[in-house]
Amino acid sequence: MKIAVCIKRVPDMEARFRIASSGASVDEAGLKYDMGDFDGYAVEAALQITEKQGGEVVAISLGPAVVQETLRKALSMGVARAVQLEAAAIPFDGFAIARALAAELKDGGYDLIMFGKVALDSANGVVGAMTAELLGLPVVTACSKLDVAGGRGTARRELEGGAELVEFPLPAVVTIDEGIARPRYPALKGIMAAKKKPLEVKPAQLGEQRATIKSMELPAERPPGRIIGEGTDAIPELVRLLQNEAKVL
Amino acid sequence: MANVLAFAESRAGALRKVALEAVTAARALADTAGGGEVHAIVAGAPGIAGEAPRLGAHGADRVVAVEHAAFANYDPESIAATVAERAKSGGYRAIIFSASAQGRDLAPRVAAKLGVGMLSDVISLEVSGDAIVAKHPAYANKVIATVAVTGSPAIVSLRPNAFTPVENARAGTVESAQPAADPGASRVVVRETIKGSSTRPDLTEAPVIVSGGRGLKAPENFKLVEELAEAFGNAAVGCTRAVTDDGWRPHSDQIGQTGRVVSPQLYVAVGISGAIQHLAGMRTSGTIVAINKDREAPIFKVADYGIVGDALQIVPALTKAVREARRHG
Repeated sequence: MKIAVCIKRVPDMEARFRIASSGASVDEAGLKYDMGDFDGYAVEAALQITEKQGGEVVAISLGPAVVQETLRKALSMGVARAVQLEAAAIPFDGFAIARALAAELKDGGYDLIMFGKVALDSANGVVGAMTAELLGLPVVTACSKLDVAGGRGTARRELEGGAELVEFPLPAVVTIDEGIARPRYPALKGIMAAKKKPLEVKPAQLGEQRATIKSMELPAERPPGRIIGEGTDAIPELVRLLQNEAKVL
Repeated sequence: MANVLAFAESRAGALRKVALEAVTAARALADTAGGGEVHAIVAGAPGIAGEAPRLGAHGADRVVAVEHAAFANYDPESIAATVAERAKSGGYRAIIFSASAQGRDLAPRVAAKLGVGMLSDVISLEVSGDAIVAKHPAYANKVIATVAVTGSPAIVSLRPNAFTPVENARAGTVESAQPAADPGASRVVVRETIKGSSTRPDLTEAPVIVSGGRGLKAPENFKLVEELAEAFGNAAVGCTRAVTDDGWRPHSDQIGQTGRVVSPQLYVAVGISGAIQHLAGMRTSGTIVAINKDREAPIFKVADYGIVGDALQIVPALTKAVREARRHG
């Protein structure tokens, strides 16, 4: 199995974000970065497949030189080699990213191309499916379970109040949801080995960008919280407030 | 004049609420863009055309019904091809999907087939010159981005529950159409659609959500949460990531940064401390009630009404009080 995993460098979402002076991006000062949560699940799922079935995992990330840190993290987890598609910034437009990735992936001979289902910074969740369409490959999005064997895959997708069981042939693109596999922490040996693994840098072919961010704002703060009482004694007051003040009961 | 196409999502032969949200948003967009027509496209097993009147009632001038036995389950490849073909022939300014599990799968496929840009998971929508402009929660819902897309048709997916269905009766003239790609040739095949074990409404649609965390101490205590949800009439049941990680509840019930993002009128957090991961998924709820034994728990910073105490004692008493209140109310 030859697997590509496309990962994105994103800020730690636990941060308290501020808007940059441009008004159209977050202030990067003080933010910590890592691969996206769902990208981590995708890397782990890819490694587990090749550990069982043989083969190699290649990590690909698009962006400026700092994305090499994210690729090194994937290498330290066990990915064999990495490719940086160099761009001055990571665009908001998912279709532009998909075009650049498709150009890199198309002659790569991959059996499986994996993505996290969404990157929580731009929060679009479109790149995996768009890349698949550009490559003419089948795609299954938001897989919470995935099995591949004998040139075919089966996956489970969570729905609102249910799930779907999906079958598809390889080669294919899949995007990964939570629940599939918990990402491993890189061991010291892996971190040392990662420094020597190949990391290739190529220019990203982004093309036109039609979706853009015009401005950003912080959402309105909630009013400060209020503790109305302790124990079951507080229940009559809660019911009164829900009926008369919040009017939701 | 600009026509707008809405994808009307259905499951098991019935429209989902998000279908009406998409048609409502499409109607508003068409009206502000100079009064074009709204066309709603619905795909399902034979009989789905029977849902056309509801689409007409919410503002669809025309309903394109694509009926095929293979569409009893979602067929992503054939349906994406069918929507894309319709888009090519229709001269639409925009195509509106829901950012539901199905819409999130379908919309980027259609955008890539048409080679156009898209906006995902928006909470508002308007036409501004040659662009479609929308508000889009980003950075784990901690930032609201104003985003724009140029080109026609623009593909947009709507955050579920962010647009309220509004009745605005139009003709809803039914037009039958065939799948643009043979479903028998689809590579990606949904073998089975599993219905969740719960008879409760879905998290993204429910006006009231009762949600439980590790403060419930054991998976069997979730029945207290279920009973409180029952008392509220039509509440959905959610949970925290800690609880799904422990295997107490399915991942599909998880509310938070990596789970569902919800915005009900009332959110009741039971035994939930309020980790940032969880708050990211529920902080835009209308009214938040928190029950937690730790007075310092961060959930109390966002709770409109907090009660300090043991959830296992408070919840059954609250369930009784809510039943009483609803009986007399």
